[in-house]
Amino acid sequence: SNPFEVKVNRQKFDILGRKTKNDVGLPGVSRSKAIKKRNQTLLKEYKEREKTNVFKDKRFGEYNTKITPEEKMIRRFALERQQNYGKKNIYNLNEDEELTHYGQSLAEIEKLNDIADSDSDTEEGGALSAELTAAHFGGGGGLLRKKVSSEQQDEEPEKPKSRKELIEEMIAKSKQEKQERQTRRESALELTEKLDKDWKEIQTLIARKTPKSERKDKEIEKPKPDEYDMIVRELGFEMKAKPSERLKTEEELAKEERARLQKLEADRLRRMRGIDEQANKKRPSHMSADDLADGFILDKDDRRLLSYKDGKINIENEEEEGEEEEEEEGEEEDNDNKEESQEESASEDEEDDAADSHSDLESDLESEEEAARDKEKKNKAAENESQNVEKLDPKSEAAESELPYTFAVPESYETFKTLLAERTIEQQLIILERVQKCNHPSLAVGNKAKLEKLFGFLLEYIGQLATLDLPELRTIDKLVLPLYNLCQMFPEAASDSIKFILRDAAHDLEEVIEVKGRATFPGLDTLIYLKIISLLFPTSDFWHPVVTPAFMYMSQLLTKCRITTLQDVVKGLFICCLFLEYVSLSRRFVPELINFLLGVLHISLPKKQAQGYTVVHPFTPVGKNLELLFVCDKDDLKSWEKQNVPLSIVTRLKETSKTEINHIRLSCLALCFDLIKKSAGLYESLPSFHEIMHPVRILLTQCVPVNEYPEKMQEWYHSAVKELENKVKHYTPLICEKKKPVPLKQYTPKLVKVLEFGRKQAGSKKEQERKQLIQRHKRELKGAIREIRKDNQFLARMQLSEIMERDSARKRKVKELLGSLATQEGEWKAMKRKKWKS
Amino acid sequence: QLPTGLYKKVLVILHDSVLPYMNEPTLMMDFLTVAYGIGGAISLLALNGLFILIHQHNLEYPDFYKKLYSLLDPSIYHVKYRARFFHLTDLFLSSSHLPAYLVAAFIKRLSWLALTAPPEALLMIIPFICNLFRRHPACRVLVHRPGGPADMSEDPYVMEEEEPSQSRALESSLWEIQSLQNHYHPDVAKAAAVLNQSLSEMEDDISGLLELSAYELFDKEVKKKAVDVPLEFEQVRGLFGKKNDICAEHFSLD
Repeated sequence: SNPFEVKVNRQKFDILGRKTKNDVGLPGVSRSKAIKKRNQTLLKEYKEREKTNVFKDKRFGEYNTKITPEEKMIRRFALERQQNYGKKNIYNLNEDEELTHYGQSLAEIEKLNDIADSDSDTEEGGALSAELTAAHFGGGGGLLRKKVSSEQQDEEPEKPKSRKELIEEMIAKSKQEKQERQTRRESALELTEKLDKDWKEIQTLIARKTPKSERKDKEIEKPKPDEYDMIVRELGFEMKAKPSERLKTEEELAKEERARLQKLEADRLRRMRGIDEQANKKRPSHMSADDLADGFILDKDDRRLLSYKDGKINIENEEEEGEEEEEEEGEEEDNDNKEESQEESASEDEEDDAADSHSDLESDLESEEEAARDKEKKNKAAENESQNVEKLDPKSEAAESELPYTFAVPESYETFKTLLAERTIEQQLIILERVQKCNHPSLAVGNKAKLEKLFGFLLEYIGQLATLDLPELRTIDKLVLPLYNLCQMFPEAASDSIKFILRDAAHDLEEVIEVKGRATFPGLDTLIYLKIISLLFPTSDFWHPVVTPAFMYMSQLLTKCRITTLQDVVKGLFICCLFLEYVSLSRRFVPELINFLLGVLHISLPKKQAQGYTVVHPFTPVGKNLELLFVCDKDDLKSWEKQNVPLSIVTRLKETSKTEINHIRLSCLALCFDLIKKSAGLYESLPSFHEIMHPVRILLTQCVPVNEYPEKMQEWYHSAVKELENKVKHYTPLICEKKKPVPLKQYTPKLVKVLEFGRKQAGSKKEQERKQLIQRHKRELKGAIREIRKDNQFLARMQLSEIMERDSARKRKVKELLGSLATQEGEWKAMKRKKWKS
Repeated sequence: QLPTGLYKKVLVILHDSVLPYMNEPTLMMDFLTVAYGIGGAISLLALNGLFILIHQHNLEYPDFYKKLYSLLDPSIYHVKYRARFFHLTDLFLSSSHLPAYLVAAFIKRLSWLALTAPPEALLMIIPFICNLFRRHPACRVLVHRPGGPADMSEDPYVMEEEEPSQSRALESSLWEIQSLQNHYHPDVAKAAAVLNQSLSEMEDDISGLLELSAYELFDKEVKKKAVDVPLEFEQVRGLFGKKNDICAEHFSLD
């Protein structure tokens, strides 16, 4: 381009191999570009700055360069047509009427007559017959005319015909011809139709395998297919059975089970130590081994429903499912089946498909497989067993048949209670099981929340059963199973509801302490809850959301509650048992437990000053509630037999005789001895075992009147003492863990190798990135500022030019006005002068 | 000379409602000394008034620490006035001029008694003991004895000894705290494990821990949000159906 418009950026030094982008610039070009751009954008905006209405170009594809003009036109036309379609023109009155001719729509004729004739008339269409041409173009060449006339002359002797007659004749002829053609076509069409129909009939005959008698004629044509061939084909078409997993042998199953348990145990140990809590946070929640991650635990065993549906009933199932058939099968159950069938392994599905031909063999196979699977899944197996037991019992079976098969999850505790009211234990279990099955979370969206609520209801129900005058502990014993299953399904909800109960209980306790200054032991229901916690959750964890609060609560019970009656002692001892059970695996130290056992031993002694040991709260060395467990009746001592303490005495202890009470006292004492023995076994590894057991040992060896006890009691006593005595004393001085030495601070300068001069030596990658970002930001900021400045300049220029324009226009107008005035004045003066002259 | 209930009430308010308004507080000296000698809860309460007399009115009390030492018995962790008592004990033992044997005896005795304490008291006493170690570095042999005998058949500490100097506490080690590392309460176990490491320089602030109640502890645990809830993998067979169920051995469901 023009060398005067080029600006060369001179380089101070030429460096080989360096590529520069901006060595030449075109300031003129770039400036004009920028101005043009501003004209298009900024100027437009500026001019429309106080206008709110906008001009919109709605023409289709006006600014779309991708579409060619032709296409654009077509599309626009189509759009127009679309817009007009359906709109009625109010001035076109007879739009709806159709013009007809011979009963045919004119429009249709217009469109179709060409097409209709095309296939039949093509051969003749091109060539016009001479007569026709002659008739139509009558006044043609003389030659033709001559010929016609000669013909006419030939016929003339018979009958000279007028022109009109001729034409009529011709028309009639052509009409006849046309009619003939039409009839021919119709008959052809009819024939093909008939042929089609016949063929169809024959086809069905061929396709169907008819008995020989019906299709003798055909068999003559076709040779009878070989039986062998048929079988071969059949086999070829049949679904091929894929190899399923090999059935596992007993040994392998046992091995697997062991591996699973080992893994779970290792997991438990890890949690017990509580060391790497953080490291393992990411691990998915602890699952039962049978958990399929879809919460599908319980309903496994209704796979039998499926097998029943498919028409091969296992003998075992027949009893139950037969009944079910009489009842109408609920929709839910159907759903269940579908659910199930989806979950079935593919191999089994195929077996089902192919089942028709050799069903007996198949079903055998399946039942075997089922058995194997049952073994695999311990969880399920237990359930199956319980079911089988139920089935054997004819009574319960009858009861089962009375129960409905589908249940909605009760919305409130009252409805839940009415659901279970007046039912036997077995029925209650069945109801619960069915409620769970019918409302499995995979069946509907809201089911999960419903079942979670069910857990709370069940818990409440158990509590209520326990608070009855005659606690139904046997029922609770059974109800624990569904509780466990529900807990496995919804651990979070279960833990929440149990925590809620615990919090309530602890709150009550605290309130009682604040009001009365002392607390009493809670009812049997709370004890049962504490027991249930140990069944549902692992108690050996270092920290557990449910178990740790339970520990705290039990500790409060053992330290805060007053011991005033024998029932209190029994409750306390039950909690001691729970404590021992909780820590049986983790061997954690529970000071309250030892304190309580010491206190219990203390109140079994005849009243005298404690020597060599001190009892702590809630027991007092002196006071009124001493000798609660003290038995002095010789006969009762003699007749005592160790028996398990029935839990129901916790709620009622009235009608029992004095001897019985004494026996219970002695049982408690024996229990206490046993607990001491057990805790001694647990804590023997603690470094200060002897200090912990010191008061108990002193009490046992110095104060207990052993010789007055019956022989059985002496056995208990001696085993406990033996456990305490025969531990070696073993002390090693403590040594702190070595601390890692902290390195001294160094003041030597940091040396960095310079690889390339001029380039920034960045430290880490992060640092580098940061620097890059800062630089880019700076550059962008500079550019933006420059742009804004230029915009402002441009605008100022525009405004200036506007003002100048306005000014010049005004000047011009003023000048014009003045000019016109001057001419007027001039004219007027001239007139005056004329007048003067004249 | 007063009934026990009244005695306690008087002593509770004595230090802030009576003593500051008396012209000659030293007149209370005899009353407090007698009360201090009675033992039990009354001694604990008398301690407060006595401390004011010693601190502000130059009372010379012979064998004060010996008496304090003998006040330590298993019930101190269970009584109502626990917070007040440990607050004062902390004050008495804050002097860095106390002999090491005395502090060691206190430490040993407190930890000995801690074997029967409830968790809320343990959470208080373990930082308390740590603070004592920080103030009296000479006592650290109790947790760190590198050159000691490898094996001992007996704890050298004599629990029954009334005189702190005769208790041989400095020859012993804090096995009690080591045992508490196996406590069932996770916080207690963690606190006890601190003594395994060498202590930091800063003292722990125990003023907030003095008033800790069991209910507060429980509430704190219940309110903790758990990410996931581990479950028992052993299939239940009934209420008492666990393996080696201790309850089943002694209780029946009837």
